[in-house]
Amino acid sequence: MTRSVTGPRPDTTAGPVRPKAPAVRRHDHRPGLRRLGTIAFFLAPALVLFLLLVIVPILVAGYTSLFKWNGFNLPEDFVGLDNFSRALGDPIFQGDLRRGLVLIVLSVVIQLPASLALALLLNQPLRGRAVYRLVFFAPYVLSEVTTAVLFTLVFSPSRGLGSTVLGWFGAAELGGSIFADPGTVLYAVFFVISWKYFGFHMILYLAGRQGIPRELTEAATTDGASGWQVFRHVTLPLLGPTIRISLFLSIIGTIQLFDMVWVLTGGGPTHASETLAVTMFQYGFRRFEVGYASAISIVMFLLSLVFALLYQRFVLRRDLEGALTTRGVQR
Amino acid sequence: MTGTRGHLRKTVLHVVSIVIGALIVVPIGFGVLGGFKDNGQLSTNPLGLPDPWVPGNYTGILGSEVFWRQLANSTLIALATVVVVVGASAMAAFVFARFAFRGREALFTLFAAGLMFPFAVAILPLFILLRSLGLLDNPLGVILPQAAFGLPVTIIILRSFFRGIPGEVEEAATLDGCGAFAFFWRILLPMARPALATVSVLAVVASWNNFMLPLVVFTDQNWWTLPVGVQAFQGQYADDTARVLAYVVLSMVPALAFYAVAERRLVAGLAGSVKG
Repeated sequence: MTRSVTGPRPDTTAGPVRPKAPAVRRHDHRPGLRRLGTIAFFLAPALVLFLLLVIVPILVAGYTSLFKWNGFNLPEDFVGLDNFSRALGDPIFQGDLRRGLVLIVLSVVIQLPASLALALLLNQPLRGRAVYRLVFFAPYVLSEVTTAVLFTLVFSPSRGLGSTVLGWFGAAELGGSIFADPGTVLYAVFFVISWKYFGFHMILYLAGRQGIPRELTEAATTDGASGWQVFRHVTLPLLGPTIRISLFLSIIGTIQLFDMVWVLTGGGPTHASETLAVTMFQYGFRRFEVGYASAISIVMFLLSLVFALLYQRFVLRRDLEGALTTRGVQR
Repeated sequence: MTGTRGHLRKTVLHVVSIVIGALIVVPIGFGVLGGFKDNGQLSTNPLGLPDPWVPGNYTGILGSEVFWRQLANSTLIALATVVVVVGASAMAAFVFARFAFRGREALFTLFAAGLMFPFAVAILPLFILLRSLGLLDNPLGVILPQAAFGLPVTIIILRSFFRGIPGEVEEAATLDGCGAFAFFWRILLPMARPALATVSVLAVVASWNNFMLPLVVFTDQNWWTLPVGVQAFQGQYADDTARVLAYVVLSMVPALAFYAVAERRLVAGLAGSVKG
C-alpha cells in the first residue's frame, strides 16, 4: 500500500497504537457500488480542484523559494537555500516571528479564557440570553476588512469614538495614535482581532458545554461540590476537546494573519505590527521579489504544518478519531 | 441558588453581558450614527446623536452604481463558490463515506490536511497560475481557488453526515433498482438537506469575507467585491470619515442580514466542524 505514506503523519506513529478498526462499514460490498469508475467519477471534481489549486501551488512555492526570481518568465537564477538564510538574518522576519508569538500568547492568556468564561455565563438560564449570544457572535460574520476599516475610524485622531472615550480617562492622545505608535499598535491589533473572534470561540465553547450531560454537573453539585469545584473537575475536563480545537484554530489563524493587519496598519509603523503574511505580500506583490516571498510563505507553511502535526501528535490524539489526522490506511 | 444570592448573581451576569455587548454594539452604532453626520459634526460631537441628521452619505452611496456592482460581484462569487464547493464536496464525501476501496483513508487524509494549509502560502503561485491561465480579472479566478480551499472542511462535515444515514436506506434503494448515481442524487442529497444548508452557509461567509484573493486577481475595478471596495473607498476618501463610515455600514448590512437569517445553520456548522 504505497498510498499510505502520503498522509501528513508518518506511518510509524500510526501503526502500533491503534487497534485495527472493526470492519463495520462493509455493507457496501455489492459490486454495483464498488466499481472503480463510479468512485473515480465522484472523486474527480474535488480531486482535480484540490490538486491543481491547493497542492500544486504549495509545491510551486517550495520550488520558487529556491530561486532569485521576479515572478516573470521562468525562474532561472537558482540560489539554493539563500532566500531562507536571508530571511533568518532579516530583522523584519525575526520580528514577524516575535510578534506572532506575542499575539498567540495574548490570545491564549486573555481572549480564549474570556470566551470560555462568557460561554459558561451564557449557559446559565438568563433572560435575554439569546439576544446576548446573537450580539456576541455577530462580529464573526463581518469581514476582517470592514472590521478593520471601522476601527481605523473609531480610533481616528480627530473624529473617532476611541479618542473621545479615552479622553474621559485622561488619555485622549493615546486614542488618536493607538495604531500609529509602535509601542501600542500590536496590542491595538490584538484588541480588534479579539473583538471579531471572541464570539466565535464562545460559540465553540457553548456547543461543547451543551454536549455535557446535565446529570454530571448535577451529580457533582448533589455530592456537595462547590461551583468552582464543579467547573474545575467536571466541566473543564469535559470541555477539553473543544478547548484544544479552539486553541488550535486560534494559533493557526494567527500564523496566517493578513487581512486585518493589512487594512488596519499595513504592517506599520516601521514594521511594528507586521506579520509573516504581510511581509510575504510586500515582497511578492509590491517589490516583485517572488523567490524571497516564496521562502517566507514556505516558512509559514512549515510553521503551520509542524505545529499542526505536533499538536495532533501530543495534544489532540485523544480527541480526534481520524477527523483531521491520519491513521494511515486502516483496511 | 434561591433568594437574594441567586438574584445578585443574575444581576452580575446581566451586567457583564451588557458591558461586553456594549463593546460590540457601540463601535457599530458609532458607524451607523457617524454615517448620518457630516465631518464637522463628527469632530465636535463624535458620540452623540446626529444634529441635524444628514442622510446624504448613505443616499449618495446607495445612488451610486459602484456599491451595487460590488454587492452584485460579491453575491455572484459567493453563490458560484457554494455551487462548486458543495457539489464537488458532496460527491467526494459520498465516496469517502460509503465506498470501501484501497487508499480511501489516505486520500481523505490528504483532503483533511488541507485544513491546515495557510491560504497565504499558495497565493503567489496561485496568482502566477491564474495569470498564465488568463483568469486574472475573471471571477473564475476567485471562485475556483476559493472552492478548492473550502473543500477540506466541507468534505469533513458532509462525510460524517453521510455516514449517519443508515445502510438499510441504501440497501432498500438498491433493491428497488437504484444505482450509485440514482442513490446519490435522488436519496442521499435530499436526505442531507440540513447538512448541505449548513456547509453552504459556511461557504457563503468565507467567500463573502475573502479579501486577499480578489485583491490580487481583480485589477479591473468593475470586478471588485465589497471587501476590496471598502478598502479602496477608505483609501480614496481618507479625509471624509463620515462618508467612509456610511460605506462600511452599508457593506456590513448584507452580512448581518444573512447572519440574522442563517444564524442557526452557521452555529450548527461551526459546532459540527469541531466535532469533525
